[in-house]
Amino acid sequence: MSGPRTIFDKPNRYIGQPEVRRDAKRLLHGRGQYVDDLALPRMLHAAFVRSPYAHAKILSIDVDEARVLPGVVAIYSGADLAESVEPYVGVLSHMVGLRSAPQHPLAVDTARWQGEPVVMVVAQSRAEAEDAAELIEVDFDPLPPVVDVERALDQDTPVIHDQFDSNLAWERTVEAGDIDAAFAADGVTVIDKRFTFGRHTGVTLEPRAAVAEFDPSTDRLTFHYSGQAPHMMQFIFAKHLGLREDNVRVISRDVGGSFGIKIHTYGDEVATAAAAKLLGRPVKFIADRMESFTTDIHARDHIIDAKIGVTEEGKIVGIEFDDLTGIGPFSMYPRTSAIEANQILNLTGAPYAIENYRATSRVVFMNKNMMCQYRAVGHPVAMAVADGLVEAAAAAIGMDPVEIRRKNLLADDCYPTVTATGMKLDDLSHHACLTKLIETMDYDALRADQAAARKRGVHRGIGLISMVEVTNPSPMFYGIGGAPIASQDGATVRLDAGGGLHVSSSITEQGQGTNAILAQIAAGVFGVDLDRVRVTTGDTETTPYGGGTWASRGAGIGGEAMLQAAHALKDQVLEVAAVILQGKAEALDIVAGKVVDATGGAERITLSDLARTVYYRGNELPADLEPELVATRHYRVTDFPFVFTNGAMAAYVEVDTETGFTKILNFWAVEDCGRVINPALVDEQIRGGVVQGIGGALYEEVIYDEDGQQLNTSMADYLVPMAAEMPDIVVKHVETPTKTSALGAKGAGEAGTGGAPGALMNAINDALRPMGAEVTQMPMTPQRVLRALGVV
Amino acid sequence: MKAPDFRYERPTDVEAALALLADGDAAVLAGGQSLMPMMNFRLARPQVLVDLNRIDGLAGIAEDGEALRIGAMTRYADLAGSDLIATYAPLIARALPHIAHPAIRNRGTIGGSVALADPAAEMPALLMAMGAQIALRSTSGMREVAADDFFLGLYETARAEDELVTEIIVPKPAPGTRHGFYELARRHGDYAMAGVALAVGEAVRVAFFAVSDHALRAPEAEAALASGDIDAAAAGLEGLDFHADPNADVATKKHLAGVVLRRAWAGSSTGGNTA
Repeated sequence: MSGPRTIFDKPNRYIGQPEVRRDAKRLLHGRGQYVDDLALPRMLHAAFVRSPYAHAKILSIDVDEARVLPGVVAIYSGADLAESVEPYVGVLSHMVGLRSAPQHPLAVDTARWQGEPVVMVVAQSRAEAEDAAELIEVDFDPLPPVVDVERALDQDTPVIHDQFDSNLAWERTVEAGDIDAAFAADGVTVIDKRFTFGRHTGVTLEPRAAVAEFDPSTDRLTFHYSGQAPHMMQFIFAKHLGLREDNVRVISRDVGGSFGIKIHTYGDEVATAAAAKLLGRPVKFIADRMESFTTDIHARDHIIDAKIGVTEEGKIVGIEFDDLTGIGPFSMYPRTSAIEANQILNLTGAPYAIENYRATSRVVFMNKNMMCQYRAVGHPVAMAVADGLVEAAAAAIGMDPVEIRRKNLLADDCYPTVTATGMKLDDLSHHACLTKLIETMDYDALRADQAAARKRGVHRGIGLISMVEVTNPSPMFYGIGGAPIASQDGATVRLDAGGGLHVSSSITEQGQGTNAILAQIAAGVFGVDLDRVRVTTGDTETTPYGGGTWASRGAGIGGEAMLQAAHALKDQVLEVAAVILQGKAEALDIVAGKVVDATGGAERITLSDLARTVYYRGNELPADLEPELVATRHYRVTDFPFVFTNGAMAAYVEVDTETGFTKILNFWAVEDCGRVINPALVDEQIRGGVVQGIGGALYEEVIYDEDGQQLNTSMADYLVPMAAEMPDIVVKHVETPTKTSALGAKGAGEAGTGGAPGALMNAINDALRPMGAEVTQMPMTPQRVLRALGVV
Repeated sequence: MKAPDFRYERPTDVEAALALLADGDAAVLAGGQSLMPMMNFRLARPQVLVDLNRIDGLAGIAEDGEALRIGAMTRYADLAGSDLIATYAPLIARALPHIAHPAIRNRGTIGGSVALADPAAEMPALLMAMGAQIALRSTSGMREVAADDFFLGLYETARAEDELVTEIIVPKPAPGTRHGFYELARRHGDYAMAGVALAVGEAVRVAFFAVSDHALRAPEAEAALASGDIDAAAAGLEGLDFHADPNADVATKKHLAGVVLRRAWAGSSTGGNTA
């Protein structure tokens, strides 16, 4: 071998092709294996008594009536489980100053959000467990809750944790250049706005789910869960349940969506594992939909006061903002609840050449559900704030929103470069994406249609967004701060006797097609038909060690590891083939399951014959040949903290000014995620992301009342967009492969969610502008639009 | 999210069902589209669940002189496919596409919607706008209650606990009656933010849903519409008892009520289903 391998070594049939994923048929046939499908011998079921108060002292817990109910096996209070579970604290050393209090799986002494688990019931069936939970009398003494983020730091607001002097969890300021001087300069127009982003949650089709089984004879815990990071959970269960890591096996088979929800430490899941250990019997916990809404992590919930300065010529001189965000009563373990704010500090305005920047974020504790990383962490906020300001600046100086972007977007030939906030960027294509977007949407024709509609009294608006997305994170994201979260991933490729490949990887599949792209890469690089590749993911026992699938890292990091492993195995196989065939490895190739002459393509030996020779008839091989028909490679990003992607999106909307309703007429997304491994899957990732962005922009909001009671805890009143609310979404690509890997793939999973809200906000405001109205609060509900119009 | 224990009964005739209701603390299972989730949330916890699905004769649409008789167990999907409904109850035909989704319409029944009296459901307002009667039976007899007198509050109706909604009697509209229906729902098939059904002919009936704690007639608007004055009708909504929900305060409800009234009127027409 010489020099780095690249996919350009030889053309192949799979990378870049819209191959149909094999898993789709299995799932459509109802053959999926989700956690709730598991039924183990002697398995018990858990239900939880949850705090009905946002903040309350737990004075006493009476379980006498519940304990004697038929089917009840065990009941645990917070104090009970505290004896066998080491508490956890959601801080990371690189998030300097971030603080949180120790957290127990079940509340001990004080409950701090409505929905926090307080008592666990384990019974023969879920129904019996729920019956018993109802009979448990918890004497709560309600405390004043902290529910208003803008008052959370006031002197007279109660402090949630006695050991702290305030409800402040974290604060950081980022500063570059001289923003005050830039805004004060002659000819600079400064525009200020308040942007408000509601609380969202990622609504997964399959709720959080866990089956824990413990074998006391071997001190071994097996935890089946619906999740994204098996190795992280292995560490967490080992550490907090007092087990050796190698005695913990975490398995994620089919996962019905996750969106970042299923990557955290949830008290009810830890309690499930603890109960299994205490009882020596399998215990199942499946979150019901109400539990999902009150305990699956929430995200966003930011109030941002922002300013932009622009010259008469349209040059953006700087951006300044203050961000305030209310998290739950704790910082979530182990990823923390300050990453979203940090992303907003780092990413706002990142597509643009901005020299002067000052931003502060304050993260405060509140008596609401826990907050943490949900799809496109921080991006929808950062991108909407920056591009909301950019379009407002354009309007203020009478410049077209495309023109102001052309003047200020980072040039396509400026890379590598560093943003004002210190983000290292490379291989981006803002101008190419914008140009392709403008062509695809036929911008000028759309403007003409908008003007014609206006004459009919129909108010349509065009909104754009130019964005970046953090993908393929390096160890600088979590590992550096002490989190047990791998930033590298591994892949193993094994040639079996039948001539098929078995591959395994530490990245995970949660419905997006991870397994499909792994198979495509392996088949394409190694040289077998796609249907001869079997894929295993989601099992700490049988896959290489790695991080899992989150932060748009699966394809870029796990995919590269697979590519390198497939190359390595190919080299190994050709070495063996060269000996068997008494030729030279360099003169051979592998195509469609056969070793062939590299020149001419004549078939020499099938992979099956080769493998059977190695496995069954080693006597035919020279004694000094040590054939290895398995190869493993690991990969991590080394030169950059993150591999950024970029994109440009646009929305065309019609606002009914009588009702405040917004109809999305069209949506376009041009995305540069580097090498596209499977265009069908990438396009659906973009579309799915856009739909989730539509949700955040128009529909989704977790609503709490002044007592900290969540008002919408069902699918009927937490509105996610359904098929009828989805516009046609046109997806196009610019492909600028990242130089950090041979594969060249960047992430694609979060772009739509990150970009769509800002584009929609800009479109709605473009429609409303002639009426002097503006909406900068998401979701942009009918009532908010009507209020902006002064109608109500 | 499992229902507490209950006794399940599946009678095959109305009398047996009525006897079970007379015993008390029973809930009636029709389409189950609301009751099942409410039981699983433990918001409804009847001792006895009386399943009507095996009783013959409770479903169906029949012409009876100057009225249609609609069995309580008639499903939305069957209403949608009925020529009688299209001809003689055009308001129902107009509203059906807005009521939830096909899977729900396949199970959900007219009687179930009436008995539940969700404030945002279409059916109570439709029945009020059509001047319908609701037939109730119990072991002690039968009575008919006008829709106007039936819907009393949030999930509250004139039905006594031992009574079963057996039939909806909808008078055929007088020739030349204009019908209009409009609702605003944030997502297709959702419960509305505001909606209205109106019938303007010899009698004028305007009934709102999703703006208060139950479906509401709007007498001042009716008086104005009798003379075709839509502006006065919209102005006549001030006195209605609007209720806020988490996404719309009273001012928004009031405003949207005016909008749906104007749009329902603008889209109204005589004759059968034109929606």
